[in-house]
Order: sequence, then C-alpha cells, then structure tokens
Amino acid sequence: MLEYAFMQRALAAAVIVGVVSGALGFFVVLRRLAFMGVGISHSAIGGVALGLVLGIHPLASGAAFAVAVALGIAFASGRAGLDEDAVIGVFFSASMALAVVLFSLERGYRPDLFGYLFGNVLAISAGELWGLAAAAAAILLLLAATFREHLFIAFDEELARAYGSPVERMNALLLVLVAAAVVVGMRLVGVLLIEALLVIPAAVAALWARNFRGQLVLSVALAVGSGALGLAAAWALDVAAGGAIVLVAAACFFATLSLRRPQP
Amino acid sequence: MTRTAVRCEHVRVERAGAPVLEEITFAVAAGEFVGLVGPNGAGKTTLLKALLGLVPLAAGRIEVFGRPPGESDGIGYVPQRHAIPLAFPASVADVVALSRREGLAPFAGRTGRAAVLRSLDRVGIAHLAERPVGRLSGGEQRRVMLAQALCADARLLLLDEPTIGLDLPAEHDFYALLRSLQQELGLTVIAVSHDLVALAGECDSLICINRRMHVHGQPAEVIHSHAIQEAYGCEFDFLAGEIARHEGAPHPRPSRPTGP
Repeated sequence: MLEYAFMQRALAAAVIVGVVSGALGFFVVLRRLAFMGVGISHSAIGGVALGLVLGIHPLASGAAFAVAVALGIAFASGRAGLDEDAVIGVFFSASMALAVVLFSLERGYRPDLFGYLFGNVLAISAGELWGLAAAAAAILLLLAATFREHLFIAFDEELARAYGSPVERMNALLLVLVAAAVVVGMRLVGVLLIEALLVIPAAVAALWARNFRGQLVLSVALAVGSGALGLAAAWALDVAAGGAIVLVAAACFFATLSLRRPQP
Repeated sequence: MTRTAVRCEHVRVERAGAPVLEEITFAVAAGEFVGLVGPNGAGKTTLLKALLGLVPLAAGRIEVFGRPPGESDGIGYVPQRHAIPLAFPASVADVVALSRREGLAPFAGRTGRAAVLRSLDRVGIAHLAERPVGRLSGGEQRRVMLAQALCADARLLLLDEPTIGLDLPAEHDFYALLRSLQQELGLTVIAVSHDLVALAGECDSLICINRRMHVHGQPAEVIHSHAIQEAYGCEFDFLAGEIARHEGAPHPRPSRPTGP
C-alpha cells in the first residue's frame, strides 16, 4: 500500500499525530482531563462549522475555536468557582448547538463536513502534512519545556504553587496544547474520535508502566502503532481509516484489561 | 546580632469577609525551631500558607528573610497530606527532584542528581531512590517530602502536621531527624502539630494561636501558661495531666536511620 503517495502521507500523518497524542495523553490521563479533552474536541466542531459557512479554512477556524474554548473553560471555572465538569458541559453543548444551527442554514449534503468529523487522512495534502509537522513540533517543544511543572502540578497543585510554579498559566497552557492536538488529529481521525487517541494509549501505558518515562514511551508507541495498524486495516478491509485506528487502540485497551490482574 | 527569618506584624487573613486570622504578631530568629500549635480551626495551616504567599493578607505585613512572602527563595514546604496516590508514576528521586529548577533525570545534570541523592541521604532513605513513591509507607513518604524540601536548598522549612497518621515511635523518629537536620544545616523550622507535647519536646519555642495570637515563648513556659488553656478552651488539669504523663514516661529516641 505504501507505493501510493497518498498512503505515504497518511502514514506520516498517523506517526505525527501518534507522537503528539501519545505524549500529551500522558497528562490528559494523569490529570483526569479526559472529559476536558472531549469538551475541547467537540467544541472544535463549532469552529469547523463557522469556517465552512464563512468560507474560512475549517482547520484554522476549528483551531481558533478550540483554543478559545480551552481558555474560556479555564477562565470561567476559575472565575465562577464552578466545577470544571459543569463549565465544560456548557461550552461543549453550546459549541455543538452552534454547529447544528450553522449546518441547518446550509442546504444539501456536505461531504467535507464528514471529513472533519470522522477524519479523511487519505485526502491529506503535502502542504497540510508540513503544517501538521510544524504544529506537532511546537506542541512537543512546549510540553518538554514545561514537563517538570506539569508533573509537579499533577503530584500536588498547592505544593507546586508553594515552590513557585505558575500553576494557573501552566493549566491554561495544557488546555491550549490539548486544543492544538485536537486540530493536529482532526484530519487523521476527526474531531469526534481524536479524544480516543488522547486517552486510550496513555491509559493502556498507565496499566503497564509504573514510571512516567516508561508510560510516555509506551503511550507514544501505542498511539503510533494504532495509527499504522489502523491504516493497514482500513486499506485491507476498505473501511474508514479514522474508525479503524481508534478500534485498534481500543482493542489494545481491552486486551490489557483481560491480561492484567487487578492491582493491590 | 541574630538575624530574623520570619516576621509577622498584625497579620489579618479573611475568608469570605470573615477573619480567619487577626492580630498575629511574632518574629522567628534564623536557625530557630518553632512549634505552631492551636486547636482545630485555629488557622495554623492558613498562617503557613500566608508565610508561603499562597493566601492574601487583608491587613498587616509578613517578611521572610526580609522579603514579602512568595518572593523569597530557600523555603521548603511539607504540606499536610495523608498519602501519595499509589499509582503516581514517579520514583522517590523524581519526586524529590520536582522542587529543583534543573528538571528531572536524565535532563537534571550532575548538580541536580547530586542534590537529590544528598537530600535523600540526609533523611536516611537513599536506598529507596528508585522505588515508586506511592508504594512507600506513610513514614517513608514524610521523609520523601522532607528530602524534597531540603533539595530546594531550603533555609526555612514549613511543615504542616508532618507526623499526622504516624505511630508514636515514627513520630519521635521524625522529630529527632528534623531536629538533627535543623542543627546540622542551620535551618529555621516552623512546624504545625496537634501533638503539643511531642512538639514541645523538640522545639526552641512554641507559638499558640486560635485565630489570634495567644502566646509565644519557650515550650515549658507556654505549656504551663494560662494563655494556652484559653486558646484550647480546656481546663488546666487536662493539659497538666497530659504533660505529666509524657514527662513520667518518656519515649525512647530512636537513632537517625542511615539506610542499609
């Protein structure tokens, strides 16, 4: 299958998305931000809808919307004193409602919409691939530069603050990185499924490795492996690549659950 | 001249408009070991957080080594904590290294790694460096937190109920270790505890608060003072009985562990 240029680009995209989602997913799982990830990724649909209706590139409008929602959640939960879950629920449903209203204004079938919802990695262009690589490099650099702060906050937020960590800024940065990862993964598996790549590989890694170094390596390997295997399965079975990739990752999770004994 | 490490003047802290602390005034000399005591809800933890700059002051002034709280380097903090989560994915050495700016291994550099190992050695758990931190006992975890504070090159240690949940021998072990570290490294220590008698046996002075300042002085004076009975709202006989019980049957002071 790799004799085709579009499959080479698809595999490269799967590797890029796998590295980003595997590394960032470590903190999504450790800090119990899975619902936050769902909220941000689904909110991006509102941005995609705006882009499609207004004639802006949906990746750009989706990215702007996802980042704005991530910062909005951080700001609103801090200011209102509400549980983050409640604030995420409001932003998530409002963005989805906006998307529904905007799409209802559009008449007729929108095949490009489904590409953003469920991914369309086979249609990725060389230019988009370079854009993904640049965005992924920026996400990974920022994550590496602030890794100690994020691990300290995950260990004990107040203790991290006592030792001078800028906790609020780091929390906002983590959400922005999740939003950026959603956009990076949008073309591979779509906004509805990208959360799976942020959660499943890291969750499986947490079940096998005790130290964060092992968890990071395993999480990235699983995310990249799921991407490559999923693409191969999609090619062989002629099914949607995004769904196949997520099903491979989910199979790893259920296999781990059945193989691992409960921890004491 | 003795240098002042911590100075609080007429400190007032409010929560939702109501005072949690008011008129708190005291000074702690550099190198002093101070016990901070008071009944439940007295504001002890809030006072420690004010010293760290984690809660804003409604009135008054705090200086730590001559600087406003939160702006002074060299403060180590051991928070009140029951247990580190079992599955937290870090080794003892990793958790200790979190308080240093160099970062985590393998990027910490030689200085950072040496500082971590030295801190672990000082609290007697160098042999546990590579163990998952969540799998240690409560007493070992307290030592990890102490090592983390030392690793931050602390000159001032703030400890919030550091011995809560420990049995009596482990509690005495911990205070003996703290005392020897304080003397060896010339640290200033402020430790909050509910165990008035155990703390009084180790510290240079005791501060007793109950939302406001009640008494600050040498442990023997404070324990027998009328002010402390007012702060705790209990009869003199109760405290005197507790003290007599402890004085009559002193606990053995186990030696500082040195590892395997």
